[in-house]
Amino acid sequence: MSRIKVELRKDQIDKIKEICKSFNNEGGELINVLHKVQGTFGYLPAEVQEAVASELNVPVAKVYGVVTFYSFFTMLPKGKNPISICTGTACYVRGAEKVLEEFKKELKIEVGETTGDGKFSISCLRCVGACGLAPVVMVGDKTYGRVAPEMVKDILGNYKD
Amino acid sequence: MENIKLTIDNKIVEVPRGTTIYKAAKKLDIDIPVLCYMDLADLNIEHKPGGCRICVVEVEGRKTLAPSCSTEVSEGMVVKTHSIRVLNARKIVMELILSDHPKDCLVCAKSGNCDLQNLAIKLGIRNIPNQDIAAMSTYRTDFSPSIIRELDKCIMCRRCETMCNEFQTVGALSAVNRGFMSVVAPAFEMDLEDSPCTYCGQCVAVCPTGALTEVDHTNQLIQDLANPAKTVIVQTAPAVRAALGEEFGMEPGTLVTGKMVTALRQLGFKYVFDTDFAADLTIMEEGTELLDRLSRFLKGDKNVKLPILTSCCPGWVNFFEQQFTDLLDVPSTARSPQQMFGAIAKTYFADLIKVKREDLVVVSIMPCLAKKYECQRDEFKVDGNPDVDYSISTRELAHLIKRANMDLNSMPDEDFDKPLGESTGAAVIFGATGGVIEAAVRTAHELYTGKELEKVDFKQLRGMEGIRHAEIDFGGFPLKIGIAHGLGNARKLLDDVRAGKSQFHAIEIMACPGGCIGGGGQPLHHGNMSIIQKRMEAIYKEDLGKPIRQSHKNPYIVKLYEEFLGKPMSEKSHHLLHTHYVDKSKKIIFMK
Repeated sequence: MSRIKVELRKDQIDKIKEICKSFNNEGGELINVLHKVQGTFGYLPAEVQEAVASELNVPVAKVYGVVTFYSFFTMLPKGKNPISICTGTACYVRGAEKVLEEFKKELKIEVGETTGDGKFSISCLRCVGACGLAPVVMVGDKTYGRVAPEMVKDILGNYKD
Repeated sequence: MENIKLTIDNKIVEVPRGTTIYKAAKKLDIDIPVLCYMDLADLNIEHKPGGCRICVVEVEGRKTLAPSCSTEVSEGMVVKTHSIRVLNARKIVMELILSDHPKDCLVCAKSGNCDLQNLAIKLGIRNIPNQDIAAMSTYRTDFSPSIIRELDKCIMCRRCETMCNEFQTVGALSAVNRGFMSVVAPAFEMDLEDSPCTYCGQCVAVCPTGALTEVDHTNQLIQDLANPAKTVIVQTAPAVRAALGEEFGMEPGTLVTGKMVTALRQLGFKYVFDTDFAADLTIMEEGTELLDRLSRFLKGDKNVKLPILTSCCPGWVNFFEQQFTDLLDVPSTARSPQQMFGAIAKTYFADLIKVKREDLVVVSIMPCLAKKYECQRDEFKVDGNPDVDYSISTRELAHLIKRANMDLNSMPDEDFDKPLGESTGAAVIFGATGGVIEAAVRTAHELYTGKELEKVDFKQLRGMEGIRHAEIDFGGFPLKIGIAHGLGNARKLLDDVRAGKSQFHAIEIMACPGGCIGGGGQPLHHGNMSIIQKRMEAIYKEDLGKPIRQSHKNPYIVKLYEEFLGKPMSEKSHHLLHTHYVDKSKKIIFMK
């Protein structure tokens, strides 16, 4: 797995400590803690996982195990414009797979990765509750419906600068 | 507790509420096949993730099959353990497990001793469907100084994870990723060498497949034995002689000391020596250090570090070098017997037989995998040449003997060579939990009181309980002793030391269950702890049969001090027989 080396600043470590403390530094709260920490940092690099492990007094291996088990958690920073492609049943049967392929081809990245300039990242999710608009793509908070592979270039064009 | 009555395979059985179907069946001598399940009752570990689904049974009135290892019984339950539906399900489960498992059984290190292989035989698997559509597992292989992780062969039973986390509290391993990608690995899937792994080898000891095995040094050994320019000598640890026979069909607890010596001699070792000799030496050094710290403490020296902790176990040394780095000056500085042996062999003995250090190959036979790493430590090398060249496990020795067409059963008994093969009963018991400290007491008591002991047995120090303590009367002074085996138990005693609450003067720690007799390099016990108990009995039996049972009375030890070392903790002893510990905690946080 590709990794990004991060050096945590003191205020960032303090923030992690504060979050852990709000869960009484209990190992059993690991998932909740990681949820909050990812909410703050945007992703969970190794150094952040090590800090969480040491605060909750659980092995780093276990933290990493949880981070890699749940697809919600990510060790890579999301792009400035995170692209989420719905691959739930309704979207899937209406061609989400082809749309996803087109995004991957245009941006030259895989699912879970971020472009070199940090602008875009691709992830898949299951159902945003807009099945009538299938296939659905979200870029940041904006939702695009009935997306066809030919529309991908235009969608990306909206985020040129 | 309330009892529950149920029927299994038309037989009625009564068990306490909360019992699993698997255990209730066991009471009826019905052996349901299991794979991920592991019951180490004496260690209070019952691993029942219910993950592999091999142990499924049919329960009347229940739609789906139930995993018997993790399903509790209920009143009036009717269970069938071998209906057609059950047998079919087990077969399909097994076929699915095998579908992405490598098929290199012919050359796999675990072949013949593999739970997965044995189960495939038992379940009559003759072909594996779905192979063409199943993606084969392709995880990289990780080589460390002691342990090889070949994770293509991991079936996610997670037994290793339980040993590493619950029993040892080392925390090096966890299940990571999901689905077909899931394996058991260190954090960030780093190499074992960069993780907090102590190489205790308990993961290897419970792995049901070839996913976790020891680094094999037997081929290197054969090459060295065949090289006329080399003088190859061997030392054997006390726990080996109490377990090696099991690999040749002997009853657990059969002592094979003399047969083992003969086999080693026939394999071509020039001298067959005993690590026990070095264990006697360890007692001289460690016992003297204990008395030194104790007398300074009694004189009111505030800087003296008590309790003193034993330092024979390399898994334990790795553990505190990583997780208790604030206590590095607490353990004894005495090297382990393996390393003391190497240091003496490559100086004193090399001079004696007039062989150059680099032409002398010192091999050790150990019940341990951490010893393989210990040999390679820089502290134990002179100009890059290690004091002990390499260590092979009890299992590797058994393979080697079989490979040479020898049968241990028909071997005559022979004696170790002199001078480094002579040892006392105190040295033999190093192989069992409580043994090192009992050996130390046998010597330290006499040195402290100046009086000869009437009885050298200190049975209050023996046993299988994870944490034990005893008080020994040292001529009016009550010496308080703590003993732990298993690193999780050691952690409890260590936490007290760290908090300044420890009531002990001396603590003995061994990383493995039962001590070295339950080491990661021993014949596999497959979770049967009574085997370890029998090995322990064998160790004490050998002690009882020894004419000399106190280390300081070993005539060759006395001679070694007279001719070479001077006295315990002399400058020469410090140089050759003591060591220092290194803070390795950064390793845990370090990221590649």
